[in-house]
Amino acid sequence: MLVAGPFLQQLILPVGAIILALLVGAVFILAIGNNPITAYAALLQGAFGDVFSIGETLEAATPLIFTGLAVAFAFRAKLFNIGAEGQFLMGALAATWVGTNLALPSIIHIPLVLLTGIIVGGLWGGVAGLLKATRGVHEVISTIMLNFIAIFFIGYMVTGPMKEESALDIPQTARMAETAQLARIMPPSRLSTGIIIALVAAAFIWWLLWKTTVGYEVRAVGLNFFAAEFGGIKPNYNMFLAMLISGGLAGLGGAVIISGLFLRFQHGFEPGYGFTAIAVALVGGNNPPGVVLAALLFATLSQGALGMQNVAGVPQDIVLIIQALVIFFVAAPQIVRALPQWLARRREAAQAAAEGAQLEGGQA
Amino acid sequence: MDLLFSILTVSLFAATIRAATPLALAALGGIFSERSGIVNIALEGIMLIGAFFAMMISFYGSQFGLPPLVSALAGMVGAIVFGFLVSMIHAVVSIRFRADQVVSGVAINILALGLTGFLLQLIFNTSGNSPSVPNLAAMPIPFLANIPILGDIFFNQPPIVYLALLAVPISSFVLFRTPLGLRLRSVGEHPKAADTMGINVFSLRYLGVGLSGVLAGLAGAYLSIGQLNIFTEGMTNGRGFIALAAVIFGKWNPWGAFGACLLFGFADAIQISLQNAGVNIPSEFLLMLPYLLTLVALAGFIGRSRPPAAAGVPYEK
Amino acid sequence: MNEKVPVIEMRDVTKIFPGVIANDHINLAVYEGEVLGLLGENGAGKSVLMSILYGLYQPTEGEIFVRGQPVAITEPKIAIEQGIGMVHQHFMLVPVFTVAENIVLGDEPRTNAGTLNTAEAVEEIKALSEKYNLEVDPYAKIEDISVGMSQRVEILKTMYRGARVLILDEPTAVLTPQEIRGLFKIMRTLTDQGVPVIFISHKLKELMEVCDRVTVIRRGKMIGDINIEDASPQILASMMVGRDVVLEVEKEPGQPKEVVLDVENIHAVGLNGLPVLNGVSFQVRAGEIVGIAGVAGNGQSELIEVITGLHKAKSGTVRLNNETITNHATKEIIHRGIATIPEDRHHRGLILDFSIADNGVLGSHDQPPFARWIRRVFAAVRTYADKFIHEFDVRTPNQEVLVKNLSGGNQQKVIIAREIGREPDLLIAAQPTRGVDVGAIEFIHKRIIEQRDAGKAVLLISNELDEVMGLSDRILVMFHGEIVGEIPAEEATEDELGLYMAGAKRNTPPSREGVTK
Repeated sequence: MLVAGPFLQQLILPVGAIILALLVGAVFILAIGNNPITAYAALLQGAFGDVFSIGETLEAATPLIFTGLAVAFAFRAKLFNIGAEGQFLMGALAATWVGTNLALPSIIHIPLVLLTGIIVGGLWGGVAGLLKATRGVHEVISTIMLNFIAIFFIGYMVTGPMKEESALDIPQTARMAETAQLARIMPPSRLSTGIIIALVAAAFIWWLLWKTTVGYEVRAVGLNFFAAEFGGIKPNYNMFLAMLISGGLAGLGGAVIISGLFLRFQHGFEPGYGFTAIAVALVGGNNPPGVVLAALLFATLSQGALGMQNVAGVPQDIVLIIQALVIFFVAAPQIVRALPQWLARRREAAQAAAEGAQLEGGQA
Repeated sequence: MDLLFSILTVSLFAATIRAATPLALAALGGIFSERSGIVNIALEGIMLIGAFFAMMISFYGSQFGLPPLVSALAGMVGAIVFGFLVSMIHAVVSIRFRADQVVSGVAINILALGLTGFLLQLIFNTSGNSPSVPNLAAMPIPFLANIPILGDIFFNQPPIVYLALLAVPISSFVLFRTPLGLRLRSVGEHPKAADTMGINVFSLRYLGVGLSGVLAGLAGAYLSIGQLNIFTEGMTNGRGFIALAAVIFGKWNPWGAFGACLLFGFADAIQISLQNAGVNIPSEFLLMLPYLLTLVALAGFIGRSRPPAAAGVPYEK
Repeated sequence: MNEKVPVIEMRDVTKIFPGVIANDHINLAVYEGEVLGLLGENGAGKSVLMSILYGLYQPTEGEIFVRGQPVAITEPKIAIEQGIGMVHQHFMLVPVFTVAENIVLGDEPRTNAGTLNTAEAVEEIKALSEKYNLEVDPYAKIEDISVGMSQRVEILKTMYRGARVLILDEPTAVLTPQEIRGLFKIMRTLTDQGVPVIFISHKLKELMEVCDRVTVIRRGKMIGDINIEDASPQILASMMVGRDVVLEVEKEPGQPKEVVLDVENIHAVGLNGLPVLNGVSFQVRAGEIVGIAGVAGNGQSELIEVITGLHKAKSGTVRLNNETITNHATKEIIHRGIATIPEDRHHRGLILDFSIADNGVLGSHDQPPFARWIRRVFAAVRTYADKFIHEFDVRTPNQEVLVKNLSGGNQQKVIIAREIGREPDLLIAAQPTRGVDVGAIEFIHKRIIEQRDAGKAVLLISNELDEVMGLSDRILVMFHGEIVGEIPAEEATEDELGLYMAGAKRNTPPSREGVTK
């Protein structure tokens, strides 16, 4: 093995997992009679083929960065935030309300929209955090429940109180005011300043995690609840805080996606970023720089998927399969290592057999 | 008062049993898995796999000219088999490779969604509903179905419902009255102690997860070819997670979990009754009810429920 | 020894783990009717050796013979079949199962229908109970019974399976001196009935009392075999460690001054709702070491947690330097001047995946100079780490090394450096030398005495009577959540302390019912 510095060493696992997942994906593609090379080429073409595609891919990565950061930050406190989806959507809804019901100059409106997303998303995550901190409710179950509650609540709002007044009676909200919209920075693609906000958020979370006492305490609690408590840290408070921040990040992502991309909230909007975020966080090693890269990877996969289906005829859901495989391989590194070990053992066995045969041959 | 009677009909209770069936089967599976020490968030995904393969095999059965009942039964068996196979992925990743069990569960859910969508598109060229297939509709049990009230509720149901109603007492018996059950539980409470007594921790855990695959697969079969006759993308719709909540509600006890499933089933069934009776609550709030109830219950009304002590911790010799 | 066939013989047994030779060509033999002591420091390889005998590990090299026949013990099932019974140091009992269920687990009696035959199980247990004088309640849940009964359950487990050799791994850590004598009696009953016993321990006096022969292991190698008539604690100690060991701690008498810690009538309730502290009252002065002796589980752990704010006191008062701190936040208590060396360094003491430097500031991490507002000041952290690594001789290539990669002794040093470095008014040392090799033990004892001489108040809590008697100026004994005895160290004897520890004697007034502070 090459001697690699610690940063490179951290990369080996996710990169290895991705390559292995793509290989297994290729097997699937072969099995249905298509050519993996054409398929993956179509994927890359769909994602990066022209300026438009590049912009779209970056825009697709934006929400994943937010939700990925959310899940990653919670993971640092040893909390599974499966509720990033609900926090994202609640943030998006609240941001829509502010963006459609208020008339303010841009310089106030946009920050207000974003702040609303952070607060509402934060509260939605905070509920789960509070339940965990005060009543020991496992956050996996509570956040899943909160996801469903959010979806139903939003469904009610979008088809009821927040529905757009219009002759067409479409179940959607009104359009965001011009002053509440994020600027597009790479026309004709829909890439908005949201990507910049996302990168700033990533930098901020990196600073928070590694350079502050907040990050020290959250990580300590995640690594050893009892030793942290012994050192005067309040573990329950920190778990609550982690869920607040996590929810806030997801909620900010929701605000950004309405404000920068969709400009209104439609009934049935359930993009699933919160679930992809789990893969993004894992592959990114729960570290902001990694999360950004992983978000880009998964955005590439999802953007290229449609291209793959149209051009190469491979059903687009294969990217979900690849996503699941990546999670498996990152979560169980031994699988990735087991393959070369298994091959080595077979080689040894073959060698031993050959030597055995030689000996017998010599004796005969 | 009249309103109450118009809502609390026999058909409501019968519908409750039907709604509770997939939940109960999946919950029983969850109990076996967690009691053996493996956390199983993948019930949702396994159910989806079961639902899809039940439909697919039933479809092919009818394509080959098999009588509808045989096709449907083959579909049910297929659901169990594929549910088991998918659960084995979770088992190997969690037991052999000692990966984090929640993460593995989440991955399986994503895999199931992807795989079923992929195959739906590939084989049936659609991303919505599959074509209709032979199903296992209601089969009244002779004599028993004629009992007033109880007959319609318990004995005039699709066959998988009967399986579910039998599975509850059988599971309880196996878990608490047999040596196998004792060992399975020991492996989830204190695997090291069990190991020192010569018990094979790993094979019992494989068994626990395998049972969850079988039962959740069967639950999925009910969704596609039990209460309907098609497969729709993502048709499990969170039921696997409700089953998980029922496991916790029921304190990892088959009867307790069944009770919780009845409660959830009731909430699901009553939502339609209320609408038909003209009660003017937005449907979303009724649909929200099971999840809200779970949250409230978890927050304290069922007291501190203790999971198996070693659940979620990979075992190392 | 004449040419009798040993009941168990291990020949040339070697076990290699990645990077470490746990057992290096060890020879061991146990003969009928004897109690064989297996002596070695923590980490010498005794438990590994016995785990091999029990089938939990496979030897890299070497063979095992049972009554002269070679046997491959690949799993515990085979060991059990061969009549090898093992009582582990940490009980292998399922807390939510009953005594009966634990005893029959894996070998359950069945009815004709194949279900569990609880009645038959209970009958068999009662019969064994009487035969070996091991009193248990078959229907009680393990989580509800005493430590002594748990140990009897463990022994019954082996007898139920027809053990013909019994291995006891450090069984006395949780027993009072009187209970230990009781255990020794049981051991003699067993050997008289033809069941030899292997007694693993690092406690020299106990080995001298009950064994016929002692095998000594050091750093994975077998040092030698000695008959008890030829042995003495001094000889055993130097065999165990490889050099002459000072068994006594050297110190000047203390010069106690003002009261630093004042604990008054503390009542507290445990996690299961049962009372765990029943009116604890005592004081610790600056410049003295107060040692609390007692069998584990009489409230010592909870007492420390109440003082440090980790566990709620139902009533009573804790005062530090005359200021009330009862039930205050741990952070505040730390900053007011209490430092604690916790009894379980992996549980409470260290964050294993943090570096030495980061562990070194745990507790002070949010205070100047290590942080300004929420920004951490890494230069200060690094300087501090360099200083204490040097001062406490922590063996490590650098301060960024994750603490999990250090040896037990070095880990303990990091904790001690951190706690002493806070310059506390009160130092609480709980089991400070548990799992630490002898060289580090001397170092740690010296530093504790140093703190006392520098005018700090020291509260020592230890299950090792030798340590408490050697270090303390004043000894308190805890029993059932109360201080039942207070004796100046010069006057204390092990037997007398044993009586206090067993609740058979007391010289303090009974506590009053609690009044909230």
